[in-house]
Amino acid sequence: MTAHDPVLPSRPNAGGTTYVYDQFDAAFVRERVAEFREQVERRLAGALTEDEFRPFRLMNGLYLQLHAYMLRIAIPYGTLTARQLRQLAYIADQWDQGYGHFTTRQNLQYNWPKLVDVPDILDALADVDMHAIQTSGNCIRNITADHFAGVAADEIEDPRPTAEFLRQWSSAHSEFSFLPRKFKFAVTGAEHDRAAIMVHDIGLRIVKSPAGEIGYQVAVGGGLGRSPFICKVVREFLPRADLLAYLEAIMRTYNRFGRRDNKFKARIKILVHERGLDEIREAVEAEFAAMDRAPFAYDTQEFVRIAAFFAPPSYAKLPARSASLETAKLENRDFADFVSVNVAEHKIDGYAIVTVSLKPIGGIPGDAASHQMRVLADLAEKFGLGELRVSHAQNIILPHVKKDDLFALWRALDTAGLATANAGLVSDIISCPGLDYCSLATARSIPIAQAISRRFADLERQRRIGELGVKISGCVNACGHHHVGAIGILGLEKKGAESYQITLGGDPTFEASIGELLGPGVSAEQVPEVIEHIVEFYLAERQGDERFIDTWRRIGHQRFKELAWREGEDGSDI
Amino acid sequence: MALISEGAFVEDSWRRLADEEALPKSGKIIVSLSRLHAALQWLGAGSALGVFVPNTTDPAALVGALPRLSLIAIAFPAFADGRGFSLARLLRRAGFTGELRASGRIVADQYLHAVGCGFDRIEIPDDLAERQGEAQWRAALHARSLSYQRGYGAGGSILEQRRRGAK
Amino acid sequence: MAGLERPQILLASDLAHGDVVFLGASGWERDCHRAKIVYDSDAAAALQAFGQAEIAKNHVVDVYLADVAVDASGAPEPLHYREKIRALGPSVRRDLGKQAWLRRSGDAM
Repeated sequence: MTAHDPVLPSRPNAGGTTYVYDQFDAAFVRERVAEFREQVERRLAGALTEDEFRPFRLMNGLYLQLHAYMLRIAIPYGTLTARQLRQLAYIADQWDQGYGHFTTRQNLQYNWPKLVDVPDILDALADVDMHAIQTSGNCIRNITADHFAGVAADEIEDPRPTAEFLRQWSSAHSEFSFLPRKFKFAVTGAEHDRAAIMVHDIGLRIVKSPAGEIGYQVAVGGGLGRSPFICKVVREFLPRADLLAYLEAIMRTYNRFGRRDNKFKARIKILVHERGLDEIREAVEAEFAAMDRAPFAYDTQEFVRIAAFFAPPSYAKLPARSASLETAKLENRDFADFVSVNVAEHKIDGYAIVTVSLKPIGGIPGDAASHQMRVLADLAEKFGLGELRVSHAQNIILPHVKKDDLFALWRALDTAGLATANAGLVSDIISCPGLDYCSLATARSIPIAQAISRRFADLERQRRIGELGVKISGCVNACGHHHVGAIGILGLEKKGAESYQITLGGDPTFEASIGELLGPGVSAEQVPEVIEHIVEFYLAERQGDERFIDTWRRIGHQRFKELAWREGEDGSDI
Repeated sequence: MALISEGAFVEDSWRRLADEEALPKSGKIIVSLSRLHAALQWLGAGSALGVFVPNTTDPAALVGALPRLSLIAIAFPAFADGRGFSLARLLRRAGFTGELRASGRIVADQYLHAVGCGFDRIEIPDDLAERQGEAQWRAALHARSLSYQRGYGAGGSILEQRRRGAK
Repeated sequence: MAGLERPQILLASDLAHGDVVFLGASGWERDCHRAKIVYDSDAAAALQAFGQAEIAKNHVVDVYLADVAVDASGAPEPLHYREKIRALGPSVRRDLGKQAWLRRSGDAM
């Protein structure tokens, strides 16, 4: 069948609740694979120099890291089918070292592919409607979304149709493939921001106008890295019909005026900061007004077509309360703890959302072995309507589990070493790969995460401490989101050794804030000790069931700094 | 410099005038932006004029001259500097129908993007043309038959094809 | 000819495979211990020139010199922690990378 044959109107897949490629999407991805295969051949033959090849390999997700190439696969809006996850396991075994690393942007990274194998890997991905397109490079990156999309009780609308709509629009965009710097979108449709939209280049929040019309609040200029910024709202309400046109106006403004003289000042956050929000808004609105809107005339209908794929699955009619769940909780203490920590309310009675932690005590945050991927795929099929999600906290979500099945699911997870009941707790650490893998890193991150995790191994104590986001980056690029960690850790090089700066008070939600520096850097060995002091101080100061971030906000950073200074007097160098 | 048109290396019938060269009375010449005003005054209606502009040019500065321009060449100081793509779009939107050239170290892999943004021809230095011969440019023009964006290029977007298919 | 403050070796990444390689007496080696050690700036410049030629031939990328210490057996050990990790593999996965390969080839001997 060629691209020009007529097609029947797309019929959303019966079983799943995610987008399924039509012949055009499939052909598009295959063409990109074929194009990259050619590019690899031309690189090896010398037609392309490394400098010329680099942007094209990056736009296909391929980096050259410390030990090997690294391939970053997109998991758009964090949604995976069991079949897709099984294929990721297959690729890990066939072309890599039997595991993958889930990142903070709903991507999966393989750490050991050979350049010459990558086109075959990309073809294997295309077999299951997946790709690595624009997971890197100075272009629009993988569109991320709330990992509880479609199942959260606090949702105005599922953000995934919007994200898929944007994925298509941003793929191989002729005008916006050579931007000043990378460009990241995140979308949420809920009242609580689980997608950290305020620290993205553009954060889209689905909102309802007073008249009841659904549209978007558009925020721009957020980002972490060397100079962290929180997004600013450029448009309070944008009707859906105008979404792509308005975003194109923002992208054109950025492409023309974003700085290109210094890569550390090239993100849109710097443009917004230097020119001011009003000037940027004016430029965007002027461009938006001047645009030819005819090409966008069918956007609304296309959105409807895409949205149909994300229709809710056929849930069983169940009572809100599950008697078997309550019994199992009474009979098994560990299971009860798992439910209280890793299970969230589903919008449908009788169902639950389960977070599968990829943070076993002392483990590598976000890593999953191929056999674990297969177990998760099997369990998703058996208990979760065949669907999984990947969160920016580097965990896996089973979004549709019957409460009646929770105990059986938990036992199966436990057998596979996947039942750590620490979602959102101090050992649920976000960490970038750091200098164990990454060529940009200035220090290692993973061993720090492992040491903190072991220090706080006692889960009962973790629950007592409560919600506490520890986030670690191995360099100023901040892939580990340390700026928005309630406790953030940044690895740097100081006098030829690894040194770690600690910040407190970061928050990735709508109330976003950037963490403040506690004091001079400490050595790797000292980090767990310092975290221990901070946590103990918080526990002593906490009122009622205050979270760490609430206590920190109430009593102020200075009190924590004084603590650090006192500890320093005792001889520990913090 | 080598000139590429529709996937083939072609002769350049235009002459790029150095700033210190005197303006001829006729012929197909390309002047730099700083001499555009003078050239418009000087040249008769029978001669063809082109202008070479930096990628930071404000399209508003060219709008008045567009009806008299037969060619605009936009500089690509580095292939990864994508400003020229937006400038091309804006010039097309402003109604420019003459030849639009991307001039600089564009690589073949960007050819389709350039065409999508409204460029007709690509002008590259000889060392690049040596490494990336005509066959690569011809192939690059057909590397992708599908695109998601509407309004870029004449090929028809995926959306338009979907709509046709759905009818 | 000026002596170097520290002895150096040349390392790079293999273009087709991505593996870290070290320039040895007769070509690229996967084992850091087989790297050729240079002690003066002329010899270092010669290594760099060879590396640049290898880049031009599309064999390797990211070529650079790294400071080393020389152990009792005459083998180089990188001084900076970054190159130490490159010479061995991830410190958090001793079963992967060069350290695993070196151990296996050591067992075979």
